[in-house]
Amino acid sequence: MLRLLRLIGQRTLEWLETLGRAGIVWLWAIFGLPRRGDLALFTKQIFQIGVLSLPIIVLSAFSIGGVLALQGYTQLARIGAEESVGLGVALVLLRELGPVVTGLLFAGRAGSAVTAEIGLMKATDQLSGMEMMGVDPLRRIVAPRLWGGFIAMPTLTLIFNTVAIWAAALAGIDWLGIDPGGFWAGMEDAVELWEDVGKGTIVKSVVFGVIISWISVFQGYDCQPTAEGIGNATTRTVVYSSVAVLAVDFLLTLVMYGEFK
Amino acid sequence: MRMRTIEISVGAFLLAGILALVFLAVRVSGVSLTQSAGAYKLFARFDDIAGLRVRSKVSMAGVTIGRVAAIDVDSEYGEAIVTLEIDKRIDNLSADAGAQIQTEGILGGRYVNITQGADEEVLQDGDTITNTQGALVLENLIGEFVTRMGDS
Amino acid sequence: MSDNLIEIEGLRFSRGDRVIFAGLDMQVPRGSVTAIMGPSGTGKTTLLRIIGGQVKPDEGSVRFDGREVTTMSRRALFEMRRELGMLFQSSALLTDFSVFENVAFPLRVHTDLPEEMIRDLVLMKLNAVGLRGARDLAPSQLSGGMSRRVALARAIALDPKFIMYDEPFTGQDPISMGVLVTLIRGLNRTLDMTSLVVSHDIHETVSIADVIYIIADGHVIGSGSPDELRSGGSTMVQQFMSGAPDGPVPFHYPADDFLEDVLGVD
Repeated sequence: MLRLLRLIGQRTLEWLETLGRAGIVWLWAIFGLPRRGDLALFTKQIFQIGVLSLPIIVLSAFSIGGVLALQGYTQLARIGAEESVGLGVALVLLRELGPVVTGLLFAGRAGSAVTAEIGLMKATDQLSGMEMMGVDPLRRIVAPRLWGGFIAMPTLTLIFNTVAIWAAALAGIDWLGIDPGGFWAGMEDAVELWEDVGKGTIVKSVVFGVIISWISVFQGYDCQPTAEGIGNATTRTVVYSSVAVLAVDFLLTLVMYGEFK
Repeated sequence: MRMRTIEISVGAFLLAGILALVFLAVRVSGVSLTQSAGAYKLFARFDDIAGLRVRSKVSMAGVTIGRVAAIDVDSEYGEAIVTLEIDKRIDNLSADAGAQIQTEGILGGRYVNITQGADEEVLQDGDTITNTQGALVLENLIGEFVTRMGDS
Repeated sequence: MSDNLIEIEGLRFSRGDRVIFAGLDMQVPRGSVTAIMGPSGTGKTTLLRIIGGQVKPDEGSVRFDGREVTTMSRRALFEMRRELGMLFQSSALLTDFSVFENVAFPLRVHTDLPEEMIRDLVLMKLNAVGLRGARDLAPSQLSGGMSRRVALARAIALDPKFIMYDEPFTGQDPISMGVLVTLIRGLNRTLDMTSLVVSHDIHETVSIADVIYIIADGHVIGSGSPDELRSGGSTMVQQFMSGAPDGPVPFHYPADDFLEDVLGVD
């Protein structure tokens, strides 16, 4: 019994220590950006993190948008409300699926790459090499990736939603023959700029971007500098990010859309 | 890869993000780019609003002219007080204009329908619409119907 | 001004339960090539990291050019590190930069020099290590010896006062070893630097060092010029210098008597 208590205590302390270290990394990195030459580093990271994630985002968005329209149509057509496909798809995407699916894909594609890259730099002494040259790796390596993630994730989510809605329109209007007027008008009527695009897509994607970038950067920076350590850290990035995205999404939905006061 | 290519593609990427936002705002949420002239407030009291929500539509002859801004209850009289935000351009609602709570389709949401009156006096910001009709609640209608069937 | 660039006094450091330094004292004279030798696992690399301020010791003082390293602020540490270079065992070249950009990196970050001057300086440093022709290669295209020489060119890019070499000879073929020996000695003289070499390759180390410290069990067990160490010193120093497999540092990990262990006899 005492041993169990001790174990719980130890684990809690370890966990708090890790969280503390992660906080320090975050603070140093986040306040370490603007200086000469840093814009180029930042641009390069948006390229690595954002532009290179585009193909998987666009492909998934197309498929998810199309599927939502097809499935929604089969259900709604039975009660003669097939024009509601547009608004249903748009609301589901803007409020939930867009940011969440983009977050999960982002963690798998960009987050894991960032962790592996930083971990590899640590294992090959590039990080301590920089420190010894009087260059702060938190500013030089970590900060641009953190900020790159903050920017790339909301941008990817906006693109995801646009492509998905367009795919739903393609499937619904061109293949299933839903009346385009009803499709778009129903959507315009139901979707509110701040309530759905603002709170749903933008707030959520910014929050997810911060969380995923933070996790992936810290896992890389804090990993065991061995081949095995990098592998473990990469796995942890994907698992922690995915769980965090889903859990935080629930909380955000509860706070922003929950009807309790 | 050369820095120039990277810069160009990052620029295109961010631009695509902004265009996506514009698409979501204009095409999907139907925000009109022409500036609205602002809104003024009217109040209306109903005996039952059953399912009307904040931000529900306010329309006249099927055209949206405003939104429900707030819903309060007056517990003394047992009535709901609904605050309506009406587009400034609709500035000639007469003092005896009516407000009814109606339903879109069978299962659709509730909205407030305004019918124009004949009085020459015009409603100003902060005035109250007195000629109101609450929501038709399906349960009540069925209840009434059953009672009448029993009577006859 | 002291004659010593680095002065370490009463250094104590332990990692978990393992004591790595138990009161270590040493000095690195200005302008010398000083070597630290000792069996594997005696914390030689840790010592370099403590001097560079990357690792904080539990106790004791480390002075670099009269400044106390152990209590320096983060900012002051980054300032100080501009005056020292370090050659890592793994070379630590930045993998997404070319050879030229790797050497230019410290210059670009720490100075405001115009591009032509950076180019000239980089080519000068690369010429000094004989790799001016390899400027456009990527680090992954270099052999082990070449990448160490590029790392050396980078370490001297800002003309540091002091340079630390972590196991520069490990895993090198005889020719690269010869090249590195010549470079370390030559750069020390021509650039008027102080060098600290950590190694356990006795032959090469003896050939370039002015002063050698031998570390074992967290203490300095012998120090002096190569000749002094070879002729005198404790039996442990003798064992290390001659590379005998058994002696005060035993061949066997502590174990029970062999016969008892194998036969299971009590």
